[in-house]
Amino acid sequence: MAIWDYANPTRFLRLVQIILPWLIGLCVIAFAVGLYMTFYTTPDDYQQGATVKIMYIHVPAAWLAMMCYSVMTISSLGTLVWKHPLADVSAKAAAPIGAAFTFMSLVTGSLWGKPMWGTYWVWDARLTSVLVLFIMYLGLIALWRTMEDPIKAGKAAAILTLVGALNLPIIKFSVEWWNTLHQPASVMRMDGPTIDASMLIPLFVMAVAFTLLFFVLHLMAMRNEILRRRVRAMRLKAAATARPATVTATAQPAE
Amino acid sequence: MTGWALSLFRRELRLAVRVGGSAMVGVLFFLAVVTVIPFGVGPDLNLLGRIGPAILWIGALLATLLGLDRLFQADREDGALDLFLMSGRSLELLVLIKCLAHWMATGLPLVIAAPVLAIFLNLEPLAIGAVTLTLLVGTPALTLIGAVGASLTVSLRRGGLLLAVLVIPLAIPVLIFGVSSADAAIHDPVPFMTPFLILCALTLITAVIGPLASAAALRFSSD
Repeated sequence: MAIWDYANPTRFLRLVQIILPWLIGLCVIAFAVGLYMTFYTTPDDYQQGATVKIMYIHVPAAWLAMMCYSVMTISSLGTLVWKHPLADVSAKAAAPIGAAFTFMSLVTGSLWGKPMWGTYWVWDARLTSVLVLFIMYLGLIALWRTMEDPIKAGKAAAILTLVGALNLPIIKFSVEWWNTLHQPASVMRMDGPTIDASMLIPLFVMAVAFTLLFFVLHLMAMRNEILRRRVRAMRLKAAATARPATVTATAQPAE
Repeated sequence: MTGWALSLFRRELRLAVRVGGSAMVGVLFFLAVVTVIPFGVGPDLNLLGRIGPAILWIGALLATLLGLDRLFQADREDGALDLFLMSGRSLELLVLIKCLAHWMATGLPLVIAAPVLAIFLNLEPLAIGAVTLTLLVGTPALTLIGAVGASLTVSLRRGGLLLAVLVIPLAIPVLIFGVSSADAAIHDPVPFMTPFLILCALTLITAVIGPLASAAALRFSSD
């Protein structure tokens, strides 16, 4: 029942305070190693030259864009099924990070596409579905921002996240349906990766570094969200006690 | 069970077609969108004939989105939504019936108007048939997906714009397979049935997911 022990925000914040420095340290080390390998030890591609090094940013960012949505999906299940009090905080905190990673993978992808394909953008299946994922992230953030009550907003966003989770299989499916300019998946394949170990190891290190970065940012954002909600609750309380007479007189005439 | 379902269906349909309803406005909007596109891309009939199915599909999508924000909002304003929630009936079924009535009032007129508008776009008779058939199969999916967005934004004051942003990404697969099956009927590099059957499958999937998610969202919006 470990996950229920941290349903208490205060206990969760204490845990974050202990874990976060270690996680930041690991993240910095992983990035240092990964970037060093990217710049100095990996070979240039015989066709693509040095531009292949964009891959070490682009591919982990794209993976994280997907993983972040998975985290949000699990959190949404936590909100709706188990009613875990921190689940909607987790989902809300993950959305902007996921949007940022998606944006990063789109930008690096189009910068990579310019020298390779001769154009910044092609309407290929995978690019398009990542763009759709980006719009979905922004839509979710917009939904959170338009609803005042954080609990209600969390539930609405959880439903939308779960409906949107159906988009993830369609992303994979659409790659096979169109199978166009973008190369098919070359790392996650049944018959083993098709790229050389000298490139795969740095890619793996960078993926670990990005994942650690995600967890650092996610825990920080969750902490901020909890504190923000506390500030909101305190403000509401202060407003209620400051002038109770006028509050009751004008309270909710319509609803 | 059929008694209340039928009377609800009739109520929705009557509200949609009478004064204050917006059944025919969608078709007018559809006409306006299709009219405006040749001004944008030029009056070249060959080009219009080639992109015609896509224009009709995008017009239908936009017209459907336009009508969706009133799906639950009017019921919320006059209190009918609270009665639905307290009626003890299956909310999922209720949403499905409402969607069906909404589609009959707003989606079906689009399908009927599509062959007429296709003439403006220089489509072949075969293409007209294909587009109309795909719209007939696909527009219920748009309404059912839209119901999720409509119920999520039901409590917001200006939900319409956000609804469109939330629904469009989810509607993209329907659009893809609608247009590609219409194209397959004309150019036939792929057989027509493959994308068409996927389109049918998408409609059936949304008929399950739409009411389930929409009913859940309506329950949460009330308490």
